[in-house]
Amino acid sequence: MHRFFPHTDEDIKQMLDVIGVKDLKGLYAEIPEQLKLKKELNLPEGMSEIEIRQRFHELTDKNKELVCFAGAGAYDHYTPSVIPYIASRSEFCTSYTPYQAEISQGTLQYIFEYQTMMAELTGMDLSNASMYDGTTVAAEAAAMCVAAAKKRNTVLVSETVPAYIREVMHTYAKYQDIRLEVIADQNGQTDRDALKNRLSQNDIAGVVVAQPNRYGIVEDFTGLADECHATKALLVINGPASPLGSLRTPGEWGADIACGEAQSLGIPLNYGGPYIGYLCTTNALIRKLPGRIVGETTDANGQRAFVLTMQAREQHIRREKATSNICTSQGLMCLYVTIYLSLMGKQGLSEVNTQSYAKAHLLHDELLKTGKFAKAFDAPFFNEFCLSYNGNVDELLNKCAEKGYLAGVKIDDHKILFAVTEKRTEEEIYKLIDLVK
Amino acid sequence: MNKTFYGKLIFELSTPGRIGYSLPKMKKNDYCVSELPNHLRRSKEARLPEADELTVVRHYTNMSNNNFGVDTGFYPLGSCTMKYNPKMNEEVAGLSAFSVLHPHQPISTSQGALELYYETQKTLSEIGGMSEFTLNPYAGAHGELVGLMVIRSYHMERGDSKRTKIIVPDSSHGTNPASAAVCGLEVVEVKSTAEGTVDVEDLKPLLGDDIAGMMLTNPNTLGIFEKQIPEISRLIHECGGLMYYDGANLNPMLGMCRPGDMGFDVMHINIHKTFSTPHGGGGPGCGPVGVGPGLEKYLPNPRVVKNEDGTYSFINTETACGRISGFLGNFGIIIRAYAYLLALGKNGIAEVGPLSVLNANYIKEKLRSHYLLPIDGLCKHEFVFDGLRPEFGGDHHDPNHVTTLEVAKRLLDYGFHAPTIYFPLLFHEAMMIEPTETESKDTLDSFIEVMKQIAEEARDNRDMLKNAPHTTPVRRLDDVKAVKNAKFKYFE
Repeated sequence: MHRFFPHTDEDIKQMLDVIGVKDLKGLYAEIPEQLKLKKELNLPEGMSEIEIRQRFHELTDKNKELVCFAGAGAYDHYTPSVIPYIASRSEFCTSYTPYQAEISQGTLQYIFEYQTMMAELTGMDLSNASMYDGTTVAAEAAAMCVAAAKKRNTVLVSETVPAYIREVMHTYAKYQDIRLEVIADQNGQTDRDALKNRLSQNDIAGVVVAQPNRYGIVEDFTGLADECHATKALLVINGPASPLGSLRTPGEWGADIACGEAQSLGIPLNYGGPYIGYLCTTNALIRKLPGRIVGETTDANGQRAFVLTMQAREQHIRREKATSNICTSQGLMCLYVTIYLSLMGKQGLSEVNTQSYAKAHLLHDELLKTGKFAKAFDAPFFNEFCLSYNGNVDELLNKCAEKGYLAGVKIDDHKILFAVTEKRTEEEIYKLIDLVK
Repeated sequence: MNKTFYGKLIFELSTPGRIGYSLPKMKKNDYCVSELPNHLRRSKEARLPEADELTVVRHYTNMSNNNFGVDTGFYPLGSCTMKYNPKMNEEVAGLSAFSVLHPHQPISTSQGALELYYETQKTLSEIGGMSEFTLNPYAGAHGELVGLMVIRSYHMERGDSKRTKIIVPDSSHGTNPASAAVCGLEVVEVKSTAEGTVDVEDLKPLLGDDIAGMMLTNPNTLGIFEKQIPEISRLIHECGGLMYYDGANLNPMLGMCRPGDMGFDVMHINIHKTFSTPHGGGGPGCGPVGVGPGLEKYLPNPRVVKNEDGTYSFINTETACGRISGFLGNFGIIIRAYAYLLALGKNGIAEVGPLSVLNANYIKEKLRSHYLLPIDGLCKHEFVFDGLRPEFGGDHHDPNHVTTLEVAKRLLDYGFHAPTIYFPLLFHEAMMIEPTETESKDTLDSFIEVMKQIAEEARDNRDMLKNAPHTTPVRRLDDVKAVKNAKFKYFE
């Protein structure tokens, strides 16, 4: 028998006797013969732990760790050692969705803390208990706008929303009878005149913009919420979570929905996942919100406790009338974010942002000094920025990768997007400058 | 697990001036966030906690002690496949050679990761009897949605635009109709027979040239194998539709039957159920989608492929149903699944199904004297009781009968997680039990004994159940108050 299966031959015999079946095959007696697998699966024999470790060494040898100056949705911030240590506690890790609240207060409590922290960071009324990632939240937000509008099904999305997020939004929209119209970008920012013009037709359910946007630019959304609301459109702001600690919040801009990727709050790069999508909104829209929500209540002894609530929105109750099909989301990644924000706290997040901002601006200015780069846009940025390169972008990125540096992300044949976090040292910044010279 | 409740929130442990982090100092700093114009910066600080490292560590450790996981005890939650999560999976997923990889780094520097992705999808194809898998979907419901997008893309590419209806059994998981709705499909429900399987006679009149396909889980949510599946597949295919396999109940089929061989064209797998990755209190999961021959081109972008020279790369196609994730899905979860597949190998995988079925039938036979078994016969990985038998107070005609909720809450006192309750909706007092193959006969025997004891308590000492649980960190919660209060965060 395998180490994961506890059954002895004697156990199996006794259990089969109780069931009244002769052998294990007999447990499948009702299944038509033609449906049964007649051959062994074409797979290798099982491995011992030692062999699995060896196999993983073979695989990891084929990966190369690079000094990361790339962002575009995934940021190389510092993860305190406490996070993986606590998050791997099996009481958290091996539990299911907290349906039995009396024995799930651990999960419910950290989700309640997570909701509080995300509401604080975004300046919104409330947060749900997480979604898959920063792209699917944008698609879900668009669907929320249409659901709230009832008779409108057009959503505007700024071209300055990162392309891969728009691709996911287009995919969802295509199957949902949602019309997604792109508002062109003008000098790296949302074309506000075009947007206002389009809104004036009074048939728009929602407007989706990004902050910072696909080029790292911090856009000025002054007046945008009023323009949207004047035509009964909702405003959605999508963006990475870490800069929320410093930037004007979606709540302050007057957004109805704030959503985005919260990987930047303590979650390792993990080759693209697991990450976590945050989705926050106003009290007015709570019944349109997808996903789980944890609420505060009391138990039979009158003590404060937490429970999944507002479930009349969800698929297991409403089936096809639910606000979304989402069930399992990114539970444990809420814990990552929550522990991260508990450890970093007010000061830590502020320092992360201060250093990321400073180092990004240092790299920006030093790159310009090389004479090989030019500003792609003239606009304020945070810790990510886009420059035009006067050579072959692919060749440059490959050359840097060979030297152990992930210099940035290609935007097009002339533009590169650079991101810098607090983890990068001044030495690494100047080493990159040497490499691109 | 704690008997006493640790109920503080981190915000209540916060003291201004305390910090729990360390960062290197910058040597020289000529730049400051305050250079950004005022109106682009937030006007007031976020009220984040201020705490030292030990305070944070103790807080979350104490919090974890209020939680019950598979490592704590038996977790017979039906349709959730709460099997043991091997620790080796965690070790390899934590390897920095994976966790430091940026999704945009050149593929020449991430060949090990791509090989792992490719090998996992190939192994799942062999297990499912499919042609190719995408591992990009994040969870089971996400997989359903992507699978339905594949089906719709197939019809739309052929110009068959009127296929807008999808058939779903009344016993299906709630995600099935919800995913169909998100995919813009109209849900048509097919009834179950008294034996709990799809009523083929009820199915026939629903068929036509507007049917995109049918979603089915086999075995179904009652744990019963849909014997008529060859006939159902034939009928759906004959009317031009495709068959979708909801992989939530794949576990008992491992090594015995493959969805591809049953006539399914598209399927998803819940990696966090069948392939042992932790549920994490509600994710992250992973919901790979597999397709049969001819449907590969509709799989979402990007796809990982093996080149002739043995290297791996991405492809993006025009025919794809679209892009459904930021990058390659929950890669960290895929690593864990790969380790599990290596650990089991072909022989181990073939044993999963029969042992999970053995465990389920054993509990069912041992407990039918006390609990009402609405449908007789062999079950697969799970089965459903319709509450207690009448002689133990379960008579549904009596408005004061002992409910499944009471039994479930009392189970918590004995150190067991409750079964899935009040699902499927076909019965009033449904109690859905799924033991999985990793539980020993000893564990099952203690569960059986406790379930019998609870039945006797229900008959002789009803208050013990009504007021249960008694020994958990918190007592029964006021769900109505949670809705009325509508308090979803600490700060007012």
